[in-house]
Amino acid sequence: MRQYWWKILSFILLLYTFIAGFLIKVPTIGNLYETIRNLFFHVPMWFGQLILVSVSLVYSILYLRKPQHNYDLYATEFARTATVMGCLGLLTGMIWANYTWGAPWNNDPKQLGAAIALLIYLAYFVLRNSMTDIDKKARVAAVYNIFAYFIYVPMIMVLPRLVESLHPGGKGVEGNPGFGGNDLDPTMRMVFWPAVAGWTLLGVWISTLRLRVRFLEEQKHLH
Amino acid sequence: MSKPLHHIIALVKKDLLLEIRQQYTFYGIVLYVASTIFVLYLAMEQPEEKVWNGLFWMIQLFICVNAVAKSFLQESRGRMLYFYTIAGARDFVLSKLVFNAGLMILMSLVSLLLFQLLLGNPLQHPLKFVGMVCLGGCSLSLVFTFLAAIAARAQQNAAMMAIMGFPLIIPQLMLLMRISSIAFADVVQSGLWQLIALLAGLDLLVIVLAVILFPFLWKD
Repeated sequence: MRQYWWKILSFILLLYTFIAGFLIKVPTIGNLYETIRNLFFHVPMWFGQLILVSVSLVYSILYLRKPQHNYDLYATEFARTATVMGCLGLLTGMIWANYTWGAPWNNDPKQLGAAIALLIYLAYFVLRNSMTDIDKKARVAAVYNIFAYFIYVPMIMVLPRLVESLHPGGKGVEGNPGFGGNDLDPTMRMVFWPAVAGWTLLGVWISTLRLRVRFLEEQKHLH
Repeated sequence: MSKPLHHIIALVKKDLLLEIRQQYTFYGIVLYVASTIFVLYLAMEQPEEKVWNGLFWMIQLFICVNAVAKSFLQESRGRMLYFYTIAGARDFVLSKLVFNAGLMILMSLVSLLLFQLLLGNPLQHPLKFVGMVCLGGCSLSLVFTFLAAIAARAQQNAAMMAIMGFPLIIPQLMLLMRISSIAFADVVQSGLWQLIALLAGLDLLVIVLAVILFPFLWKD
């Protein structure tokens, strides 16, 4: 129980997200109507992506400080799950955009940021796979991971401020990287934050499962 | 003079000397710049100012990849080890950053000249644009110098640099295009100095990251 309570928590939170997310009364804002419920799925995925790449960053830094093979595996797998989350976030966003903005792709700065994020992390995997030596692969990939993260985060802070965005809080030069958290309805907030926690925990859960597979594979190779 | 500064100057001098002795690489890049812009001229003739601006920075991007890519590949393993022991990784990467920034500023100015000659001159404030070109060439070269170091370590070519670099360079490139719009008309760009400070801040961030991360890259 001490080990897996958070998996149960993740399950309950997501169950709550799905039930409450589809049933609560949502405010009518602009032309959003019922699509606003996508907020409980699309936005938490990006929160999850950011949290998971941050975890990946921490393991990359740990690897450079103390080269242990495990740290490298952790960094890779968290980055991988983050990329999957990012893909899902992009897809849910595109479906949402299709109904509210009229087209799945609008060259919105946050859509561009999302696409760039995916490209950055796909490049990370290409870079990893281009090397065969395990130690060198781990070190070079860790260096790239850290470098990319520290450019990626300022970018998603800067880009929405440069270009007008269709996202909430994106008109004029007042655009902001988040989503105007203050105008979130109190009832929606009751579902939104648990949803963020639920999706992030699910991401961690998937990563740990993949890590267990990786560790087993490594052991098989050792014997 | 302090010791690291001495080392950096010596290493930059060495790069300059190499460049002067093996002139084919330098002229190779100049020819690359010239032929790219010539092809562009054949395709576009005299584009309007917004297209001109966009094309100019895209061309800078490709020139940068090509000019900077070789900077770490030309050093053999043995020589690398030699530099590492006499100067240290930090001085080495700083010397490369300085040298490449200089090279890229020069190339940007050459390509600006060719753009003026072939693609017309929509600039109303050429001096402002020259300033932007220097800052821009410097920004691009910093990011790609570090990526060249990573790519060289992975024994990869320019393609790997493009894969890694193009997504990462977007913030700088967008800032540059936004700021350089002031050179085309008498528009008041709101928060201009803020944008320039942001760009300079990003450059500083890249330098700091390069100095911190480079020693790990070259440890064997």
